[in-house]
Amino acid sequence: MALGAGEAVDLAKAMNLAATPLRDWLVIVPVVLPIVAGAVCVMLRNAWRLQPIIAIAVLILVAAADATLLARTLAEGPVVMVMGRWLPPFGIAFTVDALGALFALVAALVTLAGALNGIVDIGEKRRRFGFYPFLLLMSAGVSGSFLTGDLFNLYVWFEVLLIASFGLLVLGGEPRQVDGTVKYGFLNLIATTLFLIAIGYLYGLVGTLNMADIALKVRALPEGAPIATIAALFVVAFGMKAAAFPVNAWLPASYHTPKITVAAVFAGLLTKVGAYALLRVLVMLMPAERVVLADLIAVVAALTMLTGALFALAQAEIRRALGFLVISGIGYIFAGLAIGGTAGLSGATFYAVHSMLAMSAAYLAVGAVERYAGTSMLGEVGGLWRAMPLFAALFLVVSFAIAGLPPFSGFWPKAMLVSAALDGEWPWLAAAMLGAGFLSTLALGRIWLIAFWKPAPAGFTPHGAAGASVPAATLAGLGGLTLLVVVIGLAPEPLAALARRAAAGLIDPAAYLNAVFPGGR
Amino acid sequence: METGFTFAVAVFFAASFYLLMSRRIVRMLLGVAILGNATNLLIFTAGRLTRGSPPVIPPEASMPAGAIANPLPQALILTAIVISFSFFAFLLVLAYRANQETGHDDVDAMRLAEPKHSPLPPEGY
Repeated sequence: MALGAGEAVDLAKAMNLAATPLRDWLVIVPVVLPIVAGAVCVMLRNAWRLQPIIAIAVLILVAAADATLLARTLAEGPVVMVMGRWLPPFGIAFTVDALGALFALVAALVTLAGALNGIVDIGEKRRRFGFYPFLLLMSAGVSGSFLTGDLFNLYVWFEVLLIASFGLLVLGGEPRQVDGTVKYGFLNLIATTLFLIAIGYLYGLVGTLNMADIALKVRALPEGAPIATIAALFVVAFGMKAAAFPVNAWLPASYHTPKITVAAVFAGLLTKVGAYALLRVLVMLMPAERVVLADLIAVVAALTMLTGALFALAQAEIRRALGFLVISGIGYIFAGLAIGGTAGLSGATFYAVHSMLAMSAAYLAVGAVERYAGTSMLGEVGGLWRAMPLFAALFLVVSFAIAGLPPFSGFWPKAMLVSAALDGEWPWLAAAMLGAGFLSTLALGRIWLIAFWKPAPAGFTPHGAAGASVPAATLAGLGGLTLLVVVIGLAPEPLAALARRAAAGLIDPAAYLNAVFPGGR
Repeated sequence: METGFTFAVAVFFAASFYLLMSRRIVRMLLGVAILGNATNLLIFTAGRLTRGSPPVIPPEASMPAGAIANPLPQALILTAIVISFSFFAFLLVLAYRANQETGHDDVDAMRLAEPKHSPLPPEGY
């Protein structure tokens, strides 16, 4: 239907003509604030003492914004803000549901703990070279990934966090770091390019990139459309990002090389962004293909958690062992994805939240060990229990949580996942989860026994820079994360209910679709 | 026209995978550059190729007159080009630094982060 010259066009169908209500601007606050603060920190690179103050203040604001968003999504359903006034599916729509807001909140807390630890761990030189700007930009990328409602925009946020993580990883430029970054850089770049390839094919098939629109169009596709191929590409791309078993070589090659603060933030955030994207794409956008791929994902999950725990057992350096335990944890999230249903997906969500908190805390704790002993090689340190009892207790709590022992946060998601696997058709997956839990308990138990419980080996002199005291900033970050681990462990029900809400929102995205297309589509 | 582009995309991908499987960083870099271009061409082809006019609406009309080219894939590619170029630049500098630090451009020989004979954990308590 062509309109004649001068005839009015009904712009209301395509554009948002009213101004965005002030409260909807909240959706982009977690992205805009860190970017602006990162730019300010770059300008203040000579005032390097000021940078952590700005970063910590901004990250507290971001966490507060994420908490408000979470409360709002729980009360009113998903919140949408469209960019550039173009209504979806034309414009980019930031869409926040319970899952995205929950992940964004936990990510902000983990980044905050990292920023706190940076006060003592990151010296003047690394701050001048931009530790805090990189950290803030990475935080913006992670928040953007969790909050966006557009697949191509998700790719852009992936790249933002990736380039910031390159910067963090290579910061300082020690030979070991450069080596690790080469492997990390190439493999992660290939993973994001695979993601872009999958986006290209999906665009060719459905002609849209808005997630809500894709969800609608994929369900209406004719029989025989090559959507399973695209789903498989997404699994490979996000599996690589999340460090799932056969494509995870980049993680153990790089995570132990940078400063421990950087490793802690990475362990908490980066792999979980991949896991989140996989949950979002496979469950919400392509539910039928998730069922098709469930067996494959289950095998990958079992292999990821078992090989991760086995490799952790074989490491002499505590940092490297933790890297493999991060991988092992990803296996549980994939197991929940394979099991599916509210039970499996809420278990996966719960596990992801637990893993973000506990793995970051573990790395921060190893940072304190290195600070005191000057090394994290098993067999070279010992007797830490006597030297730093309070800190040793914190480490024990975190180890229990990662190993999945009650009453700490790791126990509940594992129990949820094992019970979901036994209720479904996955008894062998439940066995793999229990076996991997046993192996990671062994790995962590040995670290605890040798480094903390056993008396120091003969000739052991702590050659770290500081004495046995753990600095207050580390204690604040580590203690805060450990406190959350304990609280979640003792009172799991609120988070479990939240995870069930998030999973239900993924399985039945009616509320999400309604929020993006209020007038129907 | 799509068929021709499809073949071009296939050739690009094959070349980039071949180069990426090399152990030499310089070849891998070339592979990354070609991979980015292959992906952009893929998105371009997926957006349907038309010999239409540019997607510009004349000032007196309120709709485009005839068939127009799809502007969205081009916008996406523009973004992807910027990103992949910046990544290429970063990796190039990184490769140079890695060569300086390790004296190799063979990734198999770069074993600083993961030494070949890393010690085993102590046995027994």
